[in-house]
Amino acid sequence: MDAPKLVKLTKKDLETDQDVRWCPGCGDYAILATVQRTLATLGIKRENTVFVSGIGCSSRFPYYMNTFGFHTIHGRAPAIATGLKLARPELDVWVITGDGDGLSIGGNHMLHALRRNVGLKVILFNNQIYGLTKGQYSPTSKVGTRAASTPSGSIDHPLNPLQFAIGAGATFIARTTDTDAKGLAAILDRAYKHQGSALIEILQNCPVFNDGVWDQVKDDAANHQLPLVEGQPLLFAGGTKGIRLSSDLVPEIVNVGEGGVAPEALLVHRERGSSAYAHLISSLTHPDFPVPVGVLHSHEKATFDSMAHQQVADAIAKQGKGELGKLMLQGMTWEVGVDGIRA
Amino acid sequence: MESKTQTLDRVVIRFAGDSGDGMQLTGTEFTKAAAEAGNDISTFPDFPAEIRAPAGSLFGVSGFQLHFSSSEIHTPGDAPDVLVAMNPAALKTNLKDLVDGGVLIINTGAFIEANLKKANYASNPIEDGSLAKYRVHAVDISGLTVAALDGTTLSTKEKGRSKNFFALGLVFWMYGREPETEIRRILQQFTKRPELGDANVKVFKAGYHFGETAEVFQTVYKVPAARFAPGTYRNITGNEALALGLVAGGELAGKAIFFAGYPITPASSILHSLAKFKNYGVMTFQAEDEIAAMGAVIGAAYGGALSVTASSGPGVALKGEAIGLAVMTELPVVIVNVQRGGPSTGLPTKTEQSDLSQALYGRNGEAPIPVIAARSPGDCFYAAVEALKVASRYMVPVMLLSDGYIANGSEPWPVPDVTKLDRFDVHHPTDPTGFHVYERDPATLARAWAIPGTAGFEHRIGGIEKDSLTGNISYDPANHEKMVHTRAAKIERIAQECGELDLRGEASGDVLLIGWGGTFGSLRQATEELRGQGKKVSHAHLRWLSPLEPGLEKIIHNFKHVVCAELNLGQLRALLRAKFLLDIQGLNKVQGQPFKVREVVAAIEQLLGGARLSEVNVPTAPTARA
Repeated sequence: MDAPKLVKLTKKDLETDQDVRWCPGCGDYAILATVQRTLATLGIKRENTVFVSGIGCSSRFPYYMNTFGFHTIHGRAPAIATGLKLARPELDVWVITGDGDGLSIGGNHMLHALRRNVGLKVILFNNQIYGLTKGQYSPTSKVGTRAASTPSGSIDHPLNPLQFAIGAGATFIARTTDTDAKGLAAILDRAYKHQGSALIEILQNCPVFNDGVWDQVKDDAANHQLPLVEGQPLLFAGGTKGIRLSSDLVPEIVNVGEGGVAPEALLVHRERGSSAYAHLISSLTHPDFPVPVGVLHSHEKATFDSMAHQQVADAIAKQGKGELGKLMLQGMTWEVGVDGIRA
Repeated sequence: MESKTQTLDRVVIRFAGDSGDGMQLTGTEFTKAAAEAGNDISTFPDFPAEIRAPAGSLFGVSGFQLHFSSSEIHTPGDAPDVLVAMNPAALKTNLKDLVDGGVLIINTGAFIEANLKKANYASNPIEDGSLAKYRVHAVDISGLTVAALDGTTLSTKEKGRSKNFFALGLVFWMYGREPETEIRRILQQFTKRPELGDANVKVFKAGYHFGETAEVFQTVYKVPAARFAPGTYRNITGNEALALGLVAGGELAGKAIFFAGYPITPASSILHSLAKFKNYGVMTFQAEDEIAAMGAVIGAAYGGALSVTASSGPGVALKGEAIGLAVMTELPVVIVNVQRGGPSTGLPTKTEQSDLSQALYGRNGEAPIPVIAARSPGDCFYAAVEALKVASRYMVPVMLLSDGYIANGSEPWPVPDVTKLDRFDVHHPTDPTGFHVYERDPATLARAWAIPGTAGFEHRIGGIEKDSLTGNISYDPANHEKMVHTRAAKIERIAQECGELDLRGEASGDVLLIGWGGTFGSLRQATEELRGQGKKVSHAHLRWLSPLEPGLEKIIHNFKHVVCAELNLGQLRALLRAKFLLDIQGLNKVQGQPFKVREVVAAIEQLLGGARLSEVNVPTAPTARA
């Protein structure tokens, strides 16, 4: 028998014949290109890859990926993907969602998919706005966001996707930006290799309804992003500033080096750190702090889908493969003879 | 005094007590004994939604009615001949149903001042002569139970809990049932707490011997075995049969079953049963909510699994949008609705047929789906198999309607030989040459079930309207109209699966009684009685509500009167009137209870006497402000 041929995919192999219909300048274009380019290098099989999405601009994503794809209904992608992954654990199942789809109408499903550690890779496009419905504020919008539905400014406090994921017990949590092709590629690679659920938040620009909301973070990355590097102190601003924990457990920005603290005084990033650490770092939000980017948290534990199949396998091993004929006769049975009377 | 034995054709007995008194267990055990004796049986558990309502309260009364007979029966009986009342509240709420001259076994031990007060009795009915028209057996079941356990290490509270076994022992003696098998069964059920098993056996025996030695019971009744078609039988509830049908359907399709559900009364026990069938390859998933359960079965179906969810009305309401997605993407799933009283939370533990309109129309857009209804506990098995067959053959979501009455009720069931049931093996395409996502089988209009993992079939589907061939997004007006018509036409094609209409009686006559679902037993029994009186009444019982069974159209115009009997305000009737432009009258009941045979008989008699059913049908007029 011939050894199986390794088909090397290119970005083009993952493109479809459908016209991409996002607005000009939408951050989604860059994300799509990076996902296509990166997945081509990961050795995936197109037929074993499924993109599942909900509703929203980002949820059109599956139509543009030449893999299997399912554009579902608002908020329910994690639930539908959970069913798919349970039925077919060998498939690579990606979930594409947004801040409204994944954290508002679908917040419950997101919570439980992450909590169960279903082997799904969730890419959450966060532009802090509802785009497809023409610009209402979203659960990640900053307080005071003036939008179609909040002409006086929004008054509810935003949800932090990374904190949500930590609270839910996600086993892989990362963040990057739409235009950071290198950062996203590295995270996709890690997420793909992660067995359990992965949540990737991408800070994404909506040029029509919330243009420039991440500009400062993206344009002045050195000063407004905090790269999370395993085993390294939390440094930014070219190594001149860092994050230290005060004695009352409050993170604070300190100068590093001459006139400041030594790097040893800073927090050191551990992907497998405590959830308290992860929570602390995820609480660093713009503009008071640089935005943490990279892999915030990663650890493996048994996945929901593998355990579900293990239970079936164990039951078969213990009880033997079920025979329907026997099941039908379980419990109390009796015979009625040809005379029509119970024997 | 020697007891004499009287032979009876049939008996209806009801056990009633506090929801913590173990009446369901007592009823179930006595049912097994009747089945063992070869009787035909039909049961009706009727219990409150509260798990352990306050002791002695009127709303906390739980009942279990058993009809056992030496001839064929279809229902648990209209009215009990025997009532076992474990406390004043049970007597108060159930006495009105007992037939005049019926046997009344009362636990006098519970007729204390406090309980009488809770049941709103001004005086003790045992003493005030108000029970004169019944054959009353006043027995201190509570006291005798505690006495029987004298010398055991059990607490007084634990001793008291065994009193249902005293009642069970007593009726075992009354009906000449074999106690030895029951004793073995009790010990088996309590293997983990053998001291309780021993205590229950002691009390059971005490009850049995009390019947034997006390002089109050002068008669032992004998209900001889009924005649059945030869075969192997078991006693089965609707939900048990439904779960079995799903496993069998999976096997007949060559597929393992994927089931996702969210706990809801009265559907949960389907999930419980299936969760125990893992070694049959069944995978069960308790989702975070009803929507997720529906989503999960859609996802699993997309992956190629034969997928099922089960719920009740409120849960199905939540699933509505996702069911529409299954309609649009044409994926095979089965949605079971074990109906209960509505609207909203309604009457969770009571039966009703008021979700038919929801099943037919409860989605946005033109979203028809096939709807099949099971008619008896045992029929839930076949309805489940058929639902899976149609779902996979036509690539559609199928709604299977059951109801609380047949889900919890039980009957002796001839166990089918599964090797003789028709297979409907599912095939997924493997040759991608010329593959189009929405290309259709000319006979069924089904699209091919192409699944992930098969190279060359990579495609995208979703809830947006599809091009009629490629499945790509299409906003083309003509294409949308074509797809709407195609989805409807596909449902109509399912008529070719319906088979013969179930019709009792001639294809023409004075009255055609139309029913569907769990009312079958009452309507068929009523029809037999009316026909026995020489009345020209026929009964058509529908299995498929969507598409409507084609057999109905052939006969519906041949009757002077057409009556549609439903446990709702006329949901099927409205549909039939629209379709056939006939003055169909409704026989309707919404009390959370099944039809009694006598109610149906009386209504048809009045109809034949010249009344319109609307005049005999409305029990109470709406209350308006004066």
